[in-house]
Amino acid sequence: MTPDATPIEPLVAVEDVHTYYGKSHILHGVSLHVDSGEVVGLLGRNGVGKSTTLKTIMGLVHPHRGKVLFAGKPITSLPAHKLARLGIGYVPEDRRIFRLLTVMENLRTGLDRHGMTEARKQELLEKAFSYFPVLAERRNQAGGTLSGGEQQMLAIARAMMLEPKIILLDEPTEGLMPRMVSQIRQIIDVLHREGVAILLVEQNVPLTLEASQRVYIMEKGAVRHHCPASALKIGDPLIQQYLGV
Amino acid sequence: MSKRSATVYWIGFSIILALLIVAPLVLTEFWRRFLTEILVWGLLAMSSDILIGYTGMVSFGHSAFFGLGMYGAAAALLMVRPPNLWLAILYGLVGSAGIALFVAYFSTRLRDIYFAITTLIFSQIFYVIIFTWTEVTGGENGLTFRRPALEIPGLFSVPFSSETLHWFVLAVVTASYLILRRITQSPFGMVLQSIRENEARTRAIGYAVERYKMTAVMLSGLFAGLAGVLYALQNRFAAPDFVYFLVSGETVIFNVMGGIGTLVGPIVRAGFFLLLREAFSRFFTEYYLIPVGVIFIAMVIFMPQGLLGFMRRWLNQ
Amino acid sequence: MSTMLGLLQAIPYEALLIQTLNGIVTGMILALIASGLTLIFGIMDVVNFAHGELFMFGAYMGVVVISATGSFWLALVLATLIVALIGAALQITTLRPLLGRDPLTTILATFGISLVMQNYALWQFGPVARKIPEPFSGQFTLFYLEYPWYRVLIAVLSAAIIGGFYLFLKYGTYGIWIRATTQDRVMAEAMGIPVSWVHTAVFGIGAGMAAASGVLFGPLVGVNHAMGLDWVLKAFIVVVVGGMGNLGGSIVASIFISLLEAYASIWVSPAQAVIVSFVVLILTLLFRPTGLFATPK
Repeated sequence: MTPDATPIEPLVAVEDVHTYYGKSHILHGVSLHVDSGEVVGLLGRNGVGKSTTLKTIMGLVHPHRGKVLFAGKPITSLPAHKLARLGIGYVPEDRRIFRLLTVMENLRTGLDRHGMTEARKQELLEKAFSYFPVLAERRNQAGGTLSGGEQQMLAIARAMMLEPKIILLDEPTEGLMPRMVSQIRQIIDVLHREGVAILLVEQNVPLTLEASQRVYIMEKGAVRHHCPASALKIGDPLIQQYLGV
Repeated sequence: MSKRSATVYWIGFSIILALLIVAPLVLTEFWRRFLTEILVWGLLAMSSDILIGYTGMVSFGHSAFFGLGMYGAAAALLMVRPPNLWLAILYGLVGSAGIALFVAYFSTRLRDIYFAITTLIFSQIFYVIIFTWTEVTGGENGLTFRRPALEIPGLFSVPFSSETLHWFVLAVVTASYLILRRITQSPFGMVLQSIRENEARTRAIGYAVERYKMTAVMLSGLFAGLAGVLYALQNRFAAPDFVYFLVSGETVIFNVMGGIGTLVGPIVRAGFFLLLREAFSRFFTEYYLIPVGVIFIAMVIFMPQGLLGFMRRWLNQ
Repeated sequence: MSTMLGLLQAIPYEALLIQTLNGIVTGMILALIASGLTLIFGIMDVVNFAHGELFMFGAYMGVVVISATGSFWLALVLATLIVALIGAALQITTLRPLLGRDPLTTILATFGISLVMQNYALWQFGPVARKIPEPFSGQFTLFYLEYPWYRVLIAVLSAAIIGGFYLFLKYGTYGIWIRATTQDRVMAEAMGIPVSWVHTAVFGIGAGMAAASGVLFGPLVGVNHAMGLDWVLKAFIVVVVGGMGNLGGSIVASIFISLLEAYASIWVSPAQAVIVSFVVLILTLLFRPTGLFATPK
């Protein structure tokens, strides 16, 4: 975040990662990095390996080759729950709310951990509820009864309970009404102001370009293009090439 | 199968068969009995391989089929005078087929563990019925009877000696093996295997999966019943212990240890298991199941390729 | 009218009442066993064939501790803890490597465990049944019967253990971890929950509950190496009837089936009364394969 040019270690670095599902080779040497406090967009068509990249970082699938570093330390073979404790928050594509748990209990899955004081828990909860007042209203309702947008908010709030240094956001606006989309957009900005880094996978290109500082474009399991978000425009031929239908 | 490997197969088959035919002439009484018993348990193991190995349904209820085969044979031998070998087989098969139909009807609606648990519970139902219905089944003591003569009506009739009994069992088991082998290689057997590999897809192609599964359970039950008849003939009794689910568990063990989906594997391992039991029971007396259990657990964990045809699946990819 | 009266008079009300009490007592014991079984299935897809042996081990631990210390209550606590640890150790050594494989492999592995445990018990303790003395011997008069207070206590204690466990699941941090893991193993892991330890803990808790019911039930029957078999079978029926993995359903089904069996044994022998629960099972499979008490999704 400091303006001087001393090279800082990236918060998350993915180096030449190859990931398989069973026999199918999904990631063919993906490399990317996210610095502290930075919002980075990850664009690409369906099925090019964006979600798998996030899962690989989160330790939900383990790569056959390549490395994942967190603040300079290798985390490639660590189990996901250790990564969550290190400060990686994960908001998956299908949100994966604990449907039978109440909103409050969903939040407590991330909140109840070692070294948390009651005061700190309360603080985190109040912050989340101030961002998402609707969750406060519904705190005793089962997660499965929330609307799609509310579930998305809960998924983000739940990840925030981990006090993450980075949040992996997978298609947060998918299937949401425009009003909800702009709310998600705002929350990305809020998290950014608080210094939380975000790796954002999105189909919504304008939103991604607006919200991110840098973007990566993926195709066929590898990163094909990498540039500052401001260097790309909606009508850019690159966008047409990699994302156009 | 290529022509060459078919030749090799049949040569191997003939050699083993010849050895099994000659064996009783050179073995002592104890080992002769032992060998016959291996064949009987091998048939039981083979019958359950149709379900476990070929269709991918783990049955924990084969003791019911086996036991009903025993009691069916007992019924024929006790009620019909003079006792007749072929009637014993017929009654045994009818008994096990009836039970198999019942079990098949209910349990094939269920998959995986639900199927396993249901077959287990069904076998226990029959156990309880047999155990408590003392007037008919002899309850805990079971039924004892005399062995019928080996006869072919109109041709000859001689009492069984332990050699002829062995040859008779060998003939039945060999015939069963050949029939089952033919069945598993037939189009019907292919459908069973495709159910194992992907039930939904098999259904989508248009096969009536339930009907195939029911037939598989019936077939499996019938051969298990046949094994029960042979066991009854060899030992001249029927007892509720053989309906108890431990027998089903041992059957599953034969299969898992033997490499599922091979038909021969289960026979070999039935032999291996009985030998192991014999050996362990000399060191550990009646606690031989402790080492057997430990070995079994280790195989489940470390040799999953022996399980459920996973190996085959890998090879196919 | 008179035939109606005759029928009404023919109902053995006193026997019914006594059997209701008996049914509730065995139902609570069964619920204690089945809730561990269903929880273990729900969270890790493990069908624990060895559950009855954990129950049996609990009873034997009870015998051992009582003969050493003379205290039933100490035996109850120690047996529960020891078997919970044994269960956790079994989970780590044999079930953890199977995670993610076909659930059928877990049946096979736990079947192996049950063989080993049963024969180990036979080897250690011999074939002669042992006895756990009742912690107290008070009775009250129920019609023509002297009904032991201890039986009532069993039901109350089982209910208390189940209730305590329910509260733990509902409000405790680890309870929330367990429920979250049951619903979505992967997401729970991503929220920082150490899922494999949750599995171990749940197996341990289930084993401990089975052990507690073994000690509680010990005074009513002899303790022997094969005592787990009947119970595990019944517990399986209950778990299927209640809906696999559904805790509330198993508890209700335990009491339901035990009551039915108790009533049936007014007319037939207890061994035959078991058939009633088989019939319930068959009907359930026919009409509600997801469980009689399952909440439809």
